[in-house]
Amino acid sequence: MPHLLTIAVSILFDGLAYAMFLFITSVGLSVTMGLMGFVNLAHGAFAMAGGYIVVSLTRSLGIDFVPSLLIASVLIALISVPFERGLYRRLYKSTDLEQVLLTIGLAFMAIATFTYFYGPIPKSVPLPHWLEGDVNLGFRSFPSYRAFLILIGAILITILWYAFERTNIGAKIRAAVDNRRMAESVGINVDRLFTLTFALGSGLAALGGGFAIQLFGLTPYFAVLYLVLFLIVVAVGGLGSLKGTLLAALVIGIIDTGGKYMFPQAGNFFIYAITVIVLLIKPAGFYGRE
Amino acid sequence: MAASETTTAGEAARARAAEYLLRRHYVRWPEALPWLIAVACFFVFPDRMTFGSQVLIMVMFALSLDLILGYAGIIALGHAAFFGLGAYTVALASLKLGWSEPVSGVIAAGIVAGVVGIVAGWFILRYRGLTLLMLTIAFGAMLQEAGNIRSDFTGGYDGLPGLTFDPLLGHFQYDLYGHTAYWYALGVLAVVFFFVRRIVYSPFGQALTGIRENVRRMHSIGSPVHRRLVTVYAISAGIAGMAGALFTQTNAYVTLTVFDFDASAKVMVMLILGGTGRLYGAFVGAAVYMVFEDKLSKMSPTFWQFGIGLMLVLAVMFASRGLLGLAETAWRRIAKRSAP
Repeated sequence: MPHLLTIAVSILFDGLAYAMFLFITSVGLSVTMGLMGFVNLAHGAFAMAGGYIVVSLTRSLGIDFVPSLLIASVLIALISVPFERGLYRRLYKSTDLEQVLLTIGLAFMAIATFTYFYGPIPKSVPLPHWLEGDVNLGFRSFPSYRAFLILIGAILITILWYAFERTNIGAKIRAAVDNRRMAESVGINVDRLFTLTFALGSGLAALGGGFAIQLFGLTPYFAVLYLVLFLIVVAVGGLGSLKGTLLAALVIGIIDTGGKYMFPQAGNFFIYAITVIVLLIKPAGFYGRE
Repeated sequence: MAASETTTAGEAARARAAEYLLRRHYVRWPEALPWLIAVACFFVFPDRMTFGSQVLIMVMFALSLDLILGYAGIIALGHAAFFGLGAYTVALASLKLGWSEPVSGVIAAGIVAGVVGIVAGWFILRYRGLTLLMLTIAFGAMLQEAGNIRSDFTGGYDGLPGLTFDPLLGHFQYDLYGHTAYWYALGVLAVVFFFVRRIVYSPFGQALTGIRENVRRMHSIGSPVHRRLVTVYAISAGIAGMAGALFTQTNAYVTLTVFDFDASAKVMVMLILGGTGRLYGAFVGAAVYMVFEDKLSKMSPTFWQFGIGLMLVLAVMFASRGLLGLAETAWRRIAKRSAP
């Protein structure tokens, strides 16, 4: 049955690309939530802002798409630091509710600001020649844009895995996620660690937002529409776990792509169903600590 | 003397607690104020009563959220699920079964939403924090997607237009000015409000506050925490469902957007604006929010959205107890200054 196989390969490929987008955008959220238990509903806003910076850089300044992605990530990482220092920091010890309200307020303000400057209509960006069309991998050809996304995702996973598991800073982060008080008492500066991971996570979210432009079409409402997805990936994977976030992104990306392929009218139903089932069985997610 | 004091210390404490509850339970005269204002609004703005009835419905929705958020401390960002369930219960009952009697429709909607609340609550209320938050969001979104899959039945995002309902109590037709709708909504709200007020100042309500403040201690004194939470969740779901039913009946129209994440976030913003855990916060928050939205979103929806966001940030930073909390602080200051 070669036809079925072709469909399966297509689903796997598109699902993998989707999973990489989910992973890149959510991983920072997972680590910051794991570190501080901070419920950050403005994470999607950072991704959305990154996407719009890419739009401006490519369309107004004529910079190529790929360097624009890089510039947007660095810019958002830098911009996120004053937010963390000025606003988030004051609410680390507050209730979940106050954190939810503050960050959803920030998300609303971001949506309004970007609607004012860019309008509510989806934006697109000019792609370089080599990202348009298909790329031939020998046995069949795939859309180059998604192939590029998967490649970047794979590279980032490798780098993050190395940084997390093999470097001094990675060890400190893991220690702080495991037991923050203990980590503090052995002299790890968890506050500074948090600022660092917050900036890194926001930068990665901006990268994801940049990729989202050609995947879903970027509108200011991206900030809340996709936020629920990022939160799902984080909750299903388990707070602060790199492995968990990756596994959750893969499961959700591939099952959702398959579900939409076979039952187009079902929309996001499969995503929510998986979330409910996984969380009912494992409330802390795949690799979360109870 | 001293010995008998210690043996009766427990009893005395219990009597004090009972007396405290009883004292809070008595209706004080300022509590008539919101109702008087509601009645006065009818005579001052007779041509804005369609809008007025929508405000009352949102007050009721916010009140249902206050019961679980303000009193039991359950952070739910998917409460629109129950509002939507109630809204669709009366819509489908009228369209498919020909059951168009409004009051029994509202009661049926409350029961449907309440029963779903028991089932959903029994599963999700074992969790706390982010997991609970995500489960409430996912549950609401799942209902919306399910409604969209069966859009032949629910009308999907195009909605079910042209619903008709019987005259209220067999007599009062729905008029173009929304006069009937306003009195109807006010009546249902009053019944629901005094029911909620009774719950809040009962031992059950005190147990909920205990769970909010310190769930471990409630467990250790043997309070059936899970059962209490499921009960209050079901009651709150039922009230949200009744608000949804009123929404459908007064608009004669419903679409799947009632399940939107935005709707859940909006009602939470209203409640926070007014103040949680104080019953009348729902009144102040919903009314202020709806009036500002009505005025500002006509001028510029973008600025309005920015305004809500800014307001939330400022509220968290400076006034976490809402407008009523601010008023209370101001009142105390004035009283202190004029007292000595």
